[in-house]
Amino acid sequence: MHSLIDFLLTYWVQLVCAVIIVAVLPLVAGYIVLMERKVMADMQARLGPMRVGPHGLLQPIADALKLLIKEDIIPDEADKAIFWVAPLISVTAGMLAMSTLAIGPWFQIADLNIGLLFIVGISALGIFGIVLGGWSSNSHYSLLGALRSAAQLVSYETAAGMAIVGALMLAGTLSTREIIATQNDYGVWFVFAAPVGFFIYVVASIAETNRAPFDLPEAESELVAGYMTEYSGFRWALYFLAEYTNMVVVASIATTLFLGGWLRPFAGTRAFNFLDFLPSVLLLGVAGYCFYRAPKQPVKIQKMVLAAVGAMIILVALILAAPLLAPAGSFVASMKAGLHGAFWFLLKVGLYIYLFMWLRFTFPRYRFDQLMRLGWQFLIPLSIVNVMGIGVALVLHRHFGWSHWTAFPLTTILTLAVAGLLAAAGEKQEKTHAIVGEEA
Amino acid sequence: MLDQIVFYFFAALAVISAVLVVTRRNIVQSAIFLITALLATAGIFLQLHAEFLFIVQVILYAGGIMVLFVFVIMLINLDVSLHQVQFNRQWWLGLVLALALGAQLTVAIAVGRSGLPLGEPAPATMLEPSTELVGKVLFSEYMLPFEIASILLLVAMIGAVVMAKKKV
Amino acid sequence: MADQRVPFATHADSTVLGADEIVLNMGPQHPSTHGVLRVKLRLDGEKVIGSECVIGYLHRGVEKIAEHRTYTQFAPYVDRMDYVAAVSNGLGYCEAVEKLLGAEAPLRARVIRTILTELQRIASHLFWLGTHALDIGALTPLFYCLREREEILKIFEKYCGARLTTHAFRIGGLQYEAYDEFEKDVERFCKPFDKRVDEYESLLTGNRIWVGRTKGIGILTAKEAIDYAASGPVIRASGVKWDIRKAMPYAAYDLYKFEIPTGKNGDTFDRYIVRMEEMRQSRLICLQAIENIPAGPIMGKVGKVLKPPPGEVYHAIEAPKGELGYYIVSDGTTQPYRVRIRPPSLINLEAFDKMIRGHLVADVVAIIGTLDIVLGEVDR
Repeated sequence: MHSLIDFLLTYWVQLVCAVIIVAVLPLVAGYIVLMERKVMADMQARLGPMRVGPHGLLQPIADALKLLIKEDIIPDEADKAIFWVAPLISVTAGMLAMSTLAIGPWFQIADLNIGLLFIVGISALGIFGIVLGGWSSNSHYSLLGALRSAAQLVSYETAAGMAIVGALMLAGTLSTREIIATQNDYGVWFVFAAPVGFFIYVVASIAETNRAPFDLPEAESELVAGYMTEYSGFRWALYFLAEYTNMVVVASIATTLFLGGWLRPFAGTRAFNFLDFLPSVLLLGVAGYCFYRAPKQPVKIQKMVLAAVGAMIILVALILAAPLLAPAGSFVASMKAGLHGAFWFLLKVGLYIYLFMWLRFTFPRYRFDQLMRLGWQFLIPLSIVNVMGIGVALVLHRHFGWSHWTAFPLTTILTLAVAGLLAAAGEKQEKTHAIVGEEA
Repeated sequence: MLDQIVFYFFAALAVISAVLVVTRRNIVQSAIFLITALLATAGIFLQLHAEFLFIVQVILYAGGIMVLFVFVIMLINLDVSLHQVQFNRQWWLGLVLALALGAQLTVAIAVGRSGLPLGEPAPATMLEPSTELVGKVLFSEYMLPFEIASILLLVAMIGAVVMAKKKV
Repeated sequence: MADQRVPFATHADSTVLGADEIVLNMGPQHPSTHGVLRVKLRLDGEKVIGSECVIGYLHRGVEKIAEHRTYTQFAPYVDRMDYVAAVSNGLGYCEAVEKLLGAEAPLRARVIRTILTELQRIASHLFWLGTHALDIGALTPLFYCLREREEILKIFEKYCGARLTTHAFRIGGLQYEAYDEFEKDVERFCKPFDKRVDEYESLLTGNRIWVGRTKGIGILTAKEAIDYAASGPVIRASGVKWDIRKAMPYAAYDLYKFEIPTGKNGDTFDRYIVRMEEMRQSRLICLQAIENIPAGPIMGKVGKVLKPPPGEVYHAIEAPKGELGYYIVSDGTTQPYRVRIRPPSLINLEAFDKMIRGHLVADVVAIIGTLDIVLGEVDR
């Protein structure tokens, strides 16, 4: 009993953070869905959700409520226990992975020395939810979706892992906190030191999260809904939650590793200190738009909701601005690192997720063999070359005294040349294998 | 106290799932319990501050190998395996052997407890950079075994491809 | 459905692991079989080694209904066959009956018919493009396509009051005179439309994934296309220059200049390119036609009660999906003795099994999409 109290006293911050993650993540996922629908609507010359709340702002809540009260159908022929537990595995894995993420210097549950490996490893366990869910449904579409998913994840995990290894070699540590600190010391984000690695990670992370153009496990035009065909109601929502959690996780990994984590652009340069005001200005702009639109809403309550949203955003903007305006050395000023760190981190994560959406609404879907070919014959070799290139650059820099500015561009160009070779070889092969038919 | 509770929890989880792996008739359930057993073992590693070992266990065994296991199992007809006899006729021989081995181990531990110095456990703080330590040791002291193991894996991989390939 | 996960080797070329073929039912409730088509696929892994199309889920006995309706009464029924190209269906039927009667619609009526039919072709192709792209995973083109199709439907609505199943034509000509702004509306749609087609092409044609998904998929050689009696864009993509608008001109097509786009390889990509080009050509036809719509009556001389002399007639038109033929037998009464319809979708669907063999499950939807079938027409 005593040790339990001790435990609570020591770890209460972490526990609170954990509770926040579990409680807030579904809401965040819901709003990412709304963002996705809005982005999609904008790209497709439509408006998107507009009914529930002003500009559809309350749509996620309505959706969540609807899914909660829907009937939870379990097919007769399904393996009930596994069917029941599979979505939980996916969600749990996604949420666990969030625990070592550092969202700003203040907000992190655990800074393990294997930090990044932990995220990668645990989030990979989510695949069991998909595979078992697909299998236990006892439906061919689900089974095919699960098979595709397993094959796809195993293949692209390799490429993603190698891309991460490249960046880790630059950082020399696995701790998320120290990776960002190293980027601060270098004065340059790793995306500029290892652009090829970043590219590989982007592609592989889209594939890992089953997003278009690699959304074959749930390709609605082929497999109806893939592994979640037989799921309904809240269990289905859990899969969705898992998917969007995974998106946040991979976006966070990319932000931490390649995009400087919570660092402001040009964090080390004094001349760019005015960028500190950007968060507040940005949010004030959004708030201004809310107030501009509020009187134009058709219903009174919508006007009020939109105005309230605007007021909340102004409040956040003021909180972000306060440390800048407060006298240096005061308590308020010391909050700058935590608050602004969180803002920049979330902004980068948001932009990364936006990139996912942009790609989704622009590209058609890959076919499975093409997906595999891209993974095994292009990305994996390229990622290995990329790791070797970074190794060479590091050796040149550390042991032969080359400067950053010559070593890294040189190896990047070499890696790009290899990429060109691989692409050409792939094209040649595609031409010889163009006609798959006729043999059967 | 808390440490012990956590340890016994993981240990019990590992042992019970291990037993269930061999007794379940449904192979998918067996696979799931195997995953649980592996993860419980990983949990024990984590408790020992062997974080690198923990994550390797999770990534390689639970995340990698078991995914492939499940992948293959999904293609197998369950109805057939459900009707197959699970243990062959020598199961009693196996039981005797297992009991004998268990007794031997128990005796060895009981007798040799004082004779076998286990060494003082290092304080947790000293183990901090376990990833780097493992890496350094693996690529310097144990270079040769490491390389031999990788060649073995390569051979196994080629063998698997050759066996699975369709005869053209 | 019984569990068909049979693992053990029964097939000659199954692998050591014993993965055997499974049977997958696609449809009739499947989002991308374009209605209620059911395809039974035999799969080896994800490779299709055989297929069987099961049709008839939307069978309404259109041909039988014809025997119990007068010639005039039957005209609206044909709109319900290919419901994304109702105007073309109506044109084929009206012209077939006119041929049976020995009458001809006046020139003005024929020109307006041509304009509307070509607009319908564009609308049908737009709908095809949107859904085909959606099947292959490109979500966005659908909405652009529907946006343009909406303009065409508005013209139809202004002309005859209906948008989808228009029943725009009457036997012997037109019921409605073109409304005042008709030419302007058509011009307003057609003038910028080629830019729009370029826009769709910029989203798809050069896209590596799109090319990868369509090139070399579902190849139909010229000979096979002819053997399967394929028609429309499907046969033209295989390199056969066959277009009834040129071969046996009807309506007012002989007055206008247009090209017949053809492909070379007969694969899904070529069919895509052919249809894109056809939209451009249809636009040109419309622009030529509105320049000079001749004055005159819109209804030819046919009686109030249609009583064709005993005999039979076959009349085919180039519908958006291919050769749409009506074979009508008259016994001299007010009702046809027999109507047989040759729906292009059904005949083109025959080639499906040939096209899909050896491809993957993902290609099934690509090929169903590229055939541009409408189940209302396949089943009738």
